[in-house]
Amino acid sequence: MKKTNVIQVEDLTKMFGDFKAVNGITFEVKKGEIFGFLGANGAGKTTAMKMLIGISIPTSGKAHVAGFDVFTQAEDIKKNIGYMSQKFALYDDLTVKENISFFGGIYGLTKARIKEKTKELIEDLGLQEVSNQLVGSLPLGWKQKISFSVALLHEPKIVFLDEPTGGVDPITRRQFWEMIYKAAHDGTTIFVTTHYMDEAEYCDRVSIMVNGKIEALNTPKKLKEQFQVDNMNDVFLKLARG
Amino acid sequence: MGITVSNISKSYKGVKALQDISFEVKPNELFGLIGPDGAGKTTLFRILTTLLIADKGQASVAGFDVLKDFKDIRKHVGYMPGRFSLYQDLTVEENLEFFATIFGTTIEENYDLIKDIYVQIEPFKDRRAGKLSGGMKQKLALSCALIHKPKVLFLDEPTTGVDPVSRKEFWDMLKRLQQKNITILVSTPYMDEAALCDRIALIQDGQILQIDTPEAIVKQYPKTIYNVSANNMYQLINSLKDYQYQHSVYPFGEFVHYTDVRNDFKINDLKMYLEAEKLLNIKIEKTQATIEDSFMELAKYPNRTCKLSKT
Amino acid sequence: MKRFVGFIKKEFYHIFRDTRSLFILFGMPIVQILLFGFAITNEINNVDMAILDHSKDATTKEIINKISASKYFSIKQILERETDIEAVFKKGKVKAVLNFETDFGKNLIKNHQATVQIITDATDPNTANTISNYINSILQNHQQEQNKAIHIDYVIVPEPRMVYNPELKSVYMFVPGVMTIILMLVSAMMTSISITREKELGTMEILLVSPIKPFQVIIGKVFPYIFLSVINAVVIVLLSIFIFKMPVQGSLFLLALESVLFIISALALGILISTISATQQTAMMISLMGLMLPVILLSGFIFPISSMPLPLQVLSNIIPAKWFIIILKGIMLKGVGLEFIWKETLILLGMTILFIGLSVKKYKIRLE
Repeated sequence: MKKTNVIQVEDLTKMFGDFKAVNGITFEVKKGEIFGFLGANGAGKTTAMKMLIGISIPTSGKAHVAGFDVFTQAEDIKKNIGYMSQKFALYDDLTVKENISFFGGIYGLTKARIKEKTKELIEDLGLQEVSNQLVGSLPLGWKQKISFSVALLHEPKIVFLDEPTGGVDPITRRQFWEMIYKAAHDGTTIFVTTHYMDEAEYCDRVSIMVNGKIEALNTPKKLKEQFQVDNMNDVFLKLARG
Repeated sequence: MGITVSNISKSYKGVKALQDISFEVKPNELFGLIGPDGAGKTTLFRILTTLLIADKGQASVAGFDVLKDFKDIRKHVGYMPGRFSLYQDLTVEENLEFFATIFGTTIEENYDLIKDIYVQIEPFKDRRAGKLSGGMKQKLALSCALIHKPKVLFLDEPTTGVDPVSRKEFWDMLKRLQQKNITILVSTPYMDEAALCDRIALIQDGQILQIDTPEAIVKQYPKTIYNVSANNMYQLINSLKDYQYQHSVYPFGEFVHYTDVRNDFKINDLKMYLEAEKLLNIKIEKTQATIEDSFMELAKYPNRTCKLSKT
Repeated sequence: MKRFVGFIKKEFYHIFRDTRSLFILFGMPIVQILLFGFAITNEINNVDMAILDHSKDATTKEIINKISASKYFSIKQILERETDIEAVFKKGKVKAVLNFETDFGKNLIKNHQATVQIITDATDPNTANTISNYINSILQNHQQEQNKAIHIDYVIVPEPRMVYNPELKSVYMFVPGVMTIILMLVSAMMTSISITREKELGTMEILLVSPIKPFQVIIGKVFPYIFLSVINAVVIVLLSIFIFKMPVQGSLFLLALESVLFIISALALGILISTISATQQTAMMISLMGLMLPVILLSGFIFPISSMPLPLQVLSNIIPAKWFIIILKGIMLKGVGLEFIWKETLILLGMTILFIGLSVKKYKIRLE
């Protein structure tokens, strides 16, 4: 069974003046895959991700996301992806329901659809009692679960997660990963950028960026074998120290 | 001369940030406060650094009472708050010089204490602090917190948002500082850092789940953990959760950590069950508990653990 | 003391490295003074006008000469017909037209009365009003001279005379106001922002957990801004003396003392604001809305207090700027000494002490 590639990147480069922030990266991500995109701060992963989500134009190379060209079809890409970051996820001063209808509206869902989705989401996450509470008053773990569900509202082909589980308690974190596994199982591709190596262990495949280049790309298991260590953190340490 | 905390409680706007917290940090100990965001770590740090007043309970730092002797504490502790709290528009050297002056000392006087750390950023001493990388900022912040040779060092989530390389270097530095007669209280949300401390307190929702050495905490884990893997993670988790004998099912990287309620659990039973669930490439093997397993087990039954830790 | 010096040094680093604030700090007074001095003025100068003289006699000629001799008007056109009036206005060539009736001179002698029409372009009503007042006064002036020549009897003509600002120079009125605003802004807003910035960045936490005393932090924060505010005050006074030729009638020393007093009251207000705001943005909003607006609207700077509704008149008393503007006008324009403004000085001093007391009381040595 051959799965289709939903992200196809070839020799993608981004220059800022003389500085190559992203230096000819090549990789592909399959449908329903959980892909970890790792790197230290300043390694170029944010720049690379910005190109993939259509908010930054590459200097050279090729990239297709959800079947659309990042050079010419950025608007189509935006309609077909979801995005969640730890820094900004939901509006603290809106209630859970208001947040859902706001983001549903942004992605052009009909009123009936928003209503239906709201009901579904609140039931799935067991939020009946807090659905009219301000998001700001909820624990961090809940917020993250809600914002992940919100990123999935418009049934995107790919969801980009930017350091999704930093600082959450271990149990909530696992509930979060279970949600990710479910989404992936339903055919959504998950693209996780992070510099927390233990998050990387949960991915199907990971790439590690160092100084603008992808220095390693494989399953966590194979990477650990390759570097003869027993966790991703050590893989990263070995790579970063050259 | 370490830190003593007894029955500290603190509420914010009706939320109980800390509930009856007690523990002790011995002199020259590297003590870790391990817990997720919102567990109450920062509140506890602020009470110990005299920035907040507890509703109930007592605490002393380096022999000084946090309430009565707050001025003495302010002279003798080093504090590195959770977010980067230096002057971004001042250079590396100016920051260090400033903190030295307000503590009534000079860089030269205590240079040997910070030398190890400061030499790494000294090549950039004329650079503005705001332009440093995450790891360098952290080293500068640590140098500033150490410049007056404190007796007790408080580090609130020093490694949050820092990449693995800098994290490792940072912990190495803490180990070296410990040799120089400094008591260190450090907090972190990363369970994997727990093993680097002498003793740790696991904290969640304002309550301490357990206090001990990392090894002892792991050893006390009541069950045998099995690493389970199969071809489809999602189905595997669902099947395990539906298994009538499961005690806990937690995804753990490429595996699922599974514990069973039965004492006479046999790997083959589970394997047959999973095969019946149409999973392929099933692998089940025993594994060691980690701090994270212990944390989750303790958090699952917080009341039971309270009893446990009292005995 | 060494701590304190170190602290002040750090503050100056902050100020001089933040080029944008620095520009506001020193650019603003200059721009404001020049703006108020040159652009937003209600004097008139060299207003273009046209004349339609149906009489063309000696009297009208004399009046026209008088007008064109004044620096306020320059006569651009002599019109021939009534219909030309509208055309010349439409083209926007002139702001005013003077229309003498036929036999103006004769009527004046025969009926002791003659009519001249002053038509002004009222698209800018203020200017129009001023122009017509100016022309009126030139006409009256002429009439007086005529009357003197003919009758020696007592002819009483009301003579409106502007004291203290005989040339009606609006810049004289604006300087005290602008100076007040700028000192208020620099002192209160800048200090409140610089203190809340430490809170926002988290550096306040470190300062609190250090042996430096709260009052040292406050004085350290405030000191650089006293210095900068004084420089600003000097720049403003120099600008008004040398560019607008506005003389300072009273004692410069007294002026300096009163300014320092006002600066300190504004700084204390700034500290007070910083104790109730958690972010720089809040501090700025409170400074702008809570201090600047009242200073502009209620201090008597733009709107005379005497023409305000009573509640606002009462309210204006609690605004320090009101008293400072009275003091400034007294010293700069009237040249009075302390014996005339001691009451205002005392009020300002009282307010300053109150603000300092409050801000010291409000200042927290912990986080809550």
